[in-house]
Amino acid sequence: MGLVLRNVDKTVGGETHLKAINLNFEPGSRNVLLGRTLAGKTSLLRIMAGLDRPSRGSVLIDGRDVTGVSVRKRSVAMVYQQFINYPSLTIYKNIASPLKVSGMNNAEIDRRVRETAKMLHIDDLLDRLPAELSGGQQQRTAIARALVKDAQLLLLDEPLVNLDYKLREELRTELQDIFQRREAIVVYTTTEPAEALMLGGNIVVIDEGRILQTGPTPDVYHNPATLKVAEVFSDPPINYLDGRVNDRYAFLGRDIKIPLSGHLRRLAPGDYTFGIRSNHLFLFRLNAEDAEITAEVELSEINGSETFIHINHYDTFLVVQDVGIHPRKIGSRISVFMNPASLFVYDSSGTLIASPSPGSLAAGR
Amino acid sequence: MEKWENNKAWFLILPVFIIVAFSAIIPLMTVVNYSVQDIFGPGQRVFVGTEWFEEVLSDKRLHDALWRQFLFSGLVLLIEIPLGILIALMMPKRGWGVSVCLVTLALPLLIPWNVIGTIWIIFTRPDIGLLGAAINSFGVAFDHTAAPMDAWITLILMEVWHWTPLVTLLAYAGLRAIPEAYYQAAKIDGASAWATFRYIQLPKMRGVLTIAVLLRFMDSFLIYAEPFVLTGGGPGNSTTFLSIYLVKIAVGQFDLGPAAAFSLVYFLVVLLFSWLFYQALQNVGKGREG
Amino acid sequence: MAQIELNEIAHSYIANPKGPADYALKRIHHIWEDGGAYALLGPSGCGKTTLLNIISGLLTPSEGRVLYDGWEVTGLPPEKRNIAQVFQFPVLYDTMTVYDNLAFPLRNRKIAENEVDSRVLEVADILDLTPDLKKKAAGLTADAKQKISLGRGLVRSDVAAILFDEPLTVIDPHLKWHLRRKLKEIHDQLQLTLIYVTHDQVEAMTFADKVMVMFEGEIVQVGTPEELFENPNHTFVGYFIGSPGMNFLPCTLVGNVARVGGTSIILDDEVAALGRKAKGALELGIRPMYLEVHGRAVNGGIPVRIKAVEDQGTFKILTLTLEGQVVRARLPEDKAVPDDMAWVRFPPERTKLFADGRLVKRAG
Repeated sequence: MGLVLRNVDKTVGGETHLKAINLNFEPGSRNVLLGRTLAGKTSLLRIMAGLDRPSRGSVLIDGRDVTGVSVRKRSVAMVYQQFINYPSLTIYKNIASPLKVSGMNNAEIDRRVRETAKMLHIDDLLDRLPAELSGGQQQRTAIARALVKDAQLLLLDEPLVNLDYKLREELRTELQDIFQRREAIVVYTTTEPAEALMLGGNIVVIDEGRILQTGPTPDVYHNPATLKVAEVFSDPPINYLDGRVNDRYAFLGRDIKIPLSGHLRRLAPGDYTFGIRSNHLFLFRLNAEDAEITAEVELSEINGSETFIHINHYDTFLVVQDVGIHPRKIGSRISVFMNPASLFVYDSSGTLIASPSPGSLAAGR
Repeated sequence: MEKWENNKAWFLILPVFIIVAFSAIIPLMTVVNYSVQDIFGPGQRVFVGTEWFEEVLSDKRLHDALWRQFLFSGLVLLIEIPLGILIALMMPKRGWGVSVCLVTLALPLLIPWNVIGTIWIIFTRPDIGLLGAAINSFGVAFDHTAAPMDAWITLILMEVWHWTPLVTLLAYAGLRAIPEAYYQAAKIDGASAWATFRYIQLPKMRGVLTIAVLLRFMDSFLIYAEPFVLTGGGPGNSTTFLSIYLVKIAVGQFDLGPAAAFSLVYFLVVLLFSWLFYQALQNVGKGREG
Repeated sequence: MAQIELNEIAHSYIANPKGPADYALKRIHHIWEDGGAYALLGPSGCGKTTLLNIISGLLTPSEGRVLYDGWEVTGLPPEKRNIAQVFQFPVLYDTMTVYDNLAFPLRNRKIAENEVDSRVLEVADILDLTPDLKKKAAGLTADAKQKISLGRGLVRSDVAAILFDEPLTVIDPHLKWHLRRKLKEIHDQLQLTLIYVTHDQVEAMTFADKVMVMFEGEIVQVGTPEELFENPNHTFVGYFIGSPGMNFLPCTLVGNVARVGGTSIILDDEVAALGRKAKGALELGIRPMYLEVHGRAVNGGIPVRIKAVEDQGTFKILTLTLEGQVVRARLPEDKAVPDDMAWVRFPPERTKLFADGRLVKRAG
C-alpha cells in the first residue's frame, strides 16, 4: 500500500497551482503538509483524493495508476476546515452514512458507529442534530464520519483551524492517538509550524505550488534546506543576518565578529546569510564563546512565562525569545548573546551549507 | 469504467435535450428557413434571400413599435428596480412578519398573465372599476380605452404591480446575505442610512441586481399577454409593442416570410441588449473587485 | 482616552430570565483604566463577545450601567461613544480606495477636507499603508485589510478606545507577528485604551498588560500575564493558560505531604498549612515547565514511566504516567531525555494546591 504522486502539475486558467510534485507516502505514515495560505495545500489534497485531475503527471495507489479514477471509486476519507455534516441527519446517521452507501449490514454498521463515536467522545450525542452541537463536537462528528470508513487514505484539510485554542490542543492530542492505531496513510495540512511539530511524523514543506523539502519533521526542522523552508517552518520567524566570511572570521550584521570554529570551520570565503532561531538568542551571556549583538529595543512582549523582544540591529530586525519575564523599555540599547554553534549558514542561492549539530546547541539552563 | 460513468450522465439529460430540440431548436431552424423565403402556400415557396430582412428593417411601423418598446422597458426598469430595492429594505429581517411579507409579495407573481390583463381592464374601467371610478370621481377623465396616455399609465402600473415583487424577493435575498458586522462597522464609522446603503448594501447586492435587471429587461421587452388583453395594442397603435406587431403580421396577415424575418431580428435585438447589460454590470463588478 | 467602568452589568438574551443559566453574562463589575491594553480571554461561548458589544454600544445590557470617564453611556449607540471596533474578518467598503476607506469616518462627521487628508496620511504612515492608498481596498491581502479596519478607528482623533473582536483569525501565522507588533507599537505611541477579545492565550498574553479570563459568563481572574501564569486563582485559569496547561492531580493532605495514590509529594509549609484549613476536594497543580525531570534517582524524585516524547522545535513535551494519571513536562530543546524511566521532582515553591478548583493561598 502506498500513495505516490509523480510529476504532478496543476494549472488552472493560466495560473500554476502546483508544479513538479513528487511524493511517496508509506502506508501507516503520518504526513503533514505545511505551507502558507494559497501555497497549494488544498489543491494537492484534492488531487490526492481524486476530486480534481492533475494537468500533468500521475497518481498511483498501491502501484495502480488511479489518476483518472473518480473519487467515488477510491478508498478516501476527507475532513474539512468548515465542520461539514449533513444538517438534517442525526449524529448517528451522519457517521453511518458512508457505511450505508457501501451496503454493509445494519448490525455491523451499528457496531462501527458506536465504536468510532466512543473514540471521539461523542457517543452520548448520537441522537442530536449537528446544529445543536458546539463547533468542537461538530468537527468530531466530521472526523468520526471520515474514520468509520476505515479508508486507505485519510485527508484532513486544516481541520482544527476554526476551533478554539484549547480545543485545538485537546483534539490534536486525541488525533495523534487515533492516527497511531490506523493503517491508513494520513495527510494533514496546516499553516502553523507549531502544529506541524506537534503532529510529528513526516513533513512536506510546500510554497507557491512547489515542494521545498520533505522528511521526518524534527529533521527538517533542525535542518531546513533553504532559506525559504526556514522561513515557512518557524514560529516565531527565524532571524537572518547577512554576513561575509574571510579566512579566519565571519562578519555578521554591522559589527559582529565570530571566529570560524566548530561547524563554521569549513566555510569558504564569500557572502552568506546566517540564520538563528529566536530561542537561541539570549539576554544574558551564557558561554565564553557567545557573540554579542548590540541593538535597539523596538518592542517587548510577555506571555506569562517567556519574553519576546523585537530588536533593531542597524536596520536588521531580530526577535529574541527568552525564558522568564524580562521587560525592556522601548528605544533602550540592548545586548543579546548567541552561541555561534547555533547558526544556520546559507549560501547566496539560499541553500543550507551548515547547520548546528544536535547537542552543540546552547546549553546551560 | 470511468467513461461509462460520464456517459450515464448524458443519458439522463437526453429527454431534456429532445424536448428542447422539438420545442425550440427545430422551430428556430424553421423560422430561419422561412425568413429567407416567400411562401404562397404549402409547397409553393420562392427563395428571396435577404429581401424580407430589408423590408422589415425599413418598415416605419416597426421602428415605431421598437421605439415604444424601448420606452416601455426603460420606464419599467427605472421604476421597478429602485422600488423593489426600497421595499426589500423596509421588510422585516426576523420573525413572523417575514413570512407574511414574502407570501403577500409572491401573490402577483402567481397569477396567469392574461388574467392580470383582465384584472386591470376591469380595475381601471371608469364606470365599474375601483380605480377607474375613484379617479373619475375626482374629476379626472381617465379612460385607458380612449386616451393613449391613460393606456400607457395603466400598462406601466400593471407591469410594476405584477413584477416588482420579483425584484423585491431577489433584493431581499441579497440583503439577507450581508453579515451583521458590516452594519455594525458602518454604525461605528458614523455612516448615515444613505451612506450605508450606497457603500455597503448596494455593492453587496450587485449579483442579485444583475439577475433582476437582466430578467426584467428581457421579460418586459418580450411582453405580450398583458398589453394584448388590456389594450389590444390601442388606442390606435399607441401601445403596440414589438411582440404585438409581430403577431399582427404573422397571424393576422399570414405573411410568414416577413414575420419570420422580424422574429429573428427581434430575437437578435433582445440577445444584443441582454449581452450589453450583462457586460456593463459585470465590468462594473470587476472594476470594483480590483 | 477613557476610563471605562462596567457597573453591575449582567446580560440575558431572553426577555424574562429565570436563573443563572439564562444569562450570557452573569455579573461583571470592573474598571478599565485609561490607556491600558486589555485582553478578554476565554473559550467560545464564555460571553466575551457579548461583553465587547456592551462596551462598544452595539448591545444594551439588560442590567447594569456602562460609564466612560464617569459619564453614563449605557443607552448610547456606538457612534456617540467614540469607540472603534475591529472585527474578526476585515470589514471594508469594497467600492472605495484605501484612502477613501480611511477617510470615511471623518467625512461622515463633516470634518474639513484638509484635516481629513492630514489624518489619513498620518494613520497610513503608522500602519505602513502609504504605498497602497490609491488602490482599491477590495484587492488587498487579509492582513492589509485588517490594518485598514484598524486605521478607520485610528483616524478619529476623538476615539477613546479601540475594541478588537478576534481580529487575527484570518491572518496567517507568520503575519500575525507583524500585526501584533503593530498593535503594540500603536498602543505605545498613541496611548489609547485597547480591549482585545480572543480565545488564543498566546495572543492575549503577548498583547495585554492585563488579561481578564472569562468562563461561562463570569470573570474568573484578572491579572498581568505573569500573575495568571504563576498564580492562577482557579483550575480553569491554570488549564486555559499555558501550553500545555497545568497538570492537576487529585490528592489528600497528610501533614506537609500531599498524597497522590501511593506517592508522597512534599509541599511548601505555608501552602500545606492553608491546605489543611481549606474545604473541598484537593488537587495538586504544577505547570509542565516547572516539573523537574531527571534521568536518575534524585532526592525527592518520584519514579515515573515515560509514555511519549514530542520534539516541538524549541522545546520538548514529555508525557508521563504517575499513579495512573497523565502528567506532562516541558523541557528545553537541548535537555537530554531519558529513555524509559525518569524521576520527577515537584519543586515546592512551584507546586500549587487547589481546593474545589480554587487556589489555596493567603487571603487578601
